[in-house]
Amino acid sequence: MLKILVNNAVVHVPANATVAAALLHAGTAGFRRSVTGAPRGPLCAMGVCMECRVTIDGQPHQLACQTFCREGMEITAP
Amino acid sequence: MTHSPDVLIVGAGIVGAACAYELAREGARVEVIDSQPPGGGATAAGMGHLVVLDDNPAELALSQLSVALWRELADQLPQTAEFWTCGTLWIAANEAEWEAARAKQVLYPDSTLLDAQALYEAEPQLRPGLAGGLLVPGDAVVYAPVAARWLLEQANAKVTRRTVTDITALQAGAVICATGASARTLLPDLPVRPRKGHLAITDRYPAMVRHQLVELGYLQSAHGDAAESVAFNLQPRPTGQLLIGSSRQFDSDAPGIDAPLLRRMLTRAFEFLPGLAHCQILRTWTGFRAATPDKLPLIGRLRDHLYIATGHEGLGVTTSLGTAKLITAEILGRRPPIAPEPYRPERFHA
Repeated sequence: MLKILVNNAVVHVPANATVAAALLHAGTAGFRRSVTGAPRGPLCAMGVCMECRVTIDGQPHQLACQTFCREGMEITAP
Repeated sequence: MTHSPDVLIVGAGIVGAACAYELAREGARVEVIDSQPPGGGATAAGMGHLVVLDDNPAELALSQLSVALWRELADQLPQTAEFWTCGTLWIAANEAEWEAARAKQVLYPDSTLLDAQALYEAEPQLRPGLAGGLLVPGDAVVYAPVAARWLLEQANAKVTRRTVTDITALQAGAVICATGASARTLLPDLPVRPRKGHLAITDRYPAMVRHQLVELGYLQSAHGDAAESVAFNLQPRPTGQLLIGSSRQFDSDAPGIDAPLLRRMLTRAFEFLPGLAHCQILRTWTGFRAATPDKLPLIGRLRDHLYIATGHEGLGVTTSLGTAKLITAEILGRRPPIAPEPYRPERFHA
């Protein structure tokens, strides 16, 4: 298991989990907000729709579905 | 029975739209023709930076007049025109450029000369080692295609989508050719040639940059005659997106991306703003500026009832409003707001 931070809360996930899977496991429904403020989340889960973008270790617009969790990773998803 | 309009404008870009707006305000019945939707050419391809430039007194006079006119219009523009007075920050990379900025300051009454510390307070993301800059607070940005459509609506101008092949056959009290770089297809003798540019736009990174950032070396790129050149020119959009320029390229009529030149342009931008290299670019595109040999536009009567308003190169969105004042004054026989001689087309036929 790995320990990551989702909006400053500790979450334990299996070693091969993607960030998208980890966020869904942690109960995060809205991965990001659209221009008009609507919640958005993973749709295609294969790196095409760009809807699952989150901030990882301070870097915005990272694709949650295409990124594997790493020990100590900090994820921000409003 | 149809009546020919008082003024027929060929070209529904920002220059044609501004002329329509100004002439309609003076009571003229205006019609506009374009082969594309309004604002679909260079107007949509450019940055929409409303900037005062001072390479020569005529450029300074026209851009100062025009930026002032944009500021007067700002409150009336629709929200979707995204008008934003973000100012221009001219970046001095070294002491020599800082001296150039200091000399430039005299021409910009409201500007502030920034030393290195003040520069990094204004824009913390810039790379270390820069000398300073000149902040021109009155410059702004606008989403030009929306502004063009709004100007046409205000003019109550009938806009027809068709291709004009013979501009001399058009019937109207006055005909204005405002077709940008393609003016030469209608008027082959005009000293206008296309100067291709590339732009890229990123995803949203709010507050990463606060002003339009331009390297002082930009003027060498804009006003030099090199076949190809790039310069750092970065615009924060109100959405938080970053518009990255700029490139200049003669003798290319192909609209496709020139990958080596795009790489040079982006590399130049990363040199000034290293964090940009980690941003996502959403789209890249090109457009064609209408360049003249002396870098000044062609504004005025060509012959008979035919007028010309093109050749604005990279400054067309800015100078569209001033251009419209000059053209309108000439058509109506009124006193122009600034001396019109430097822009008259006959300077190339004397």
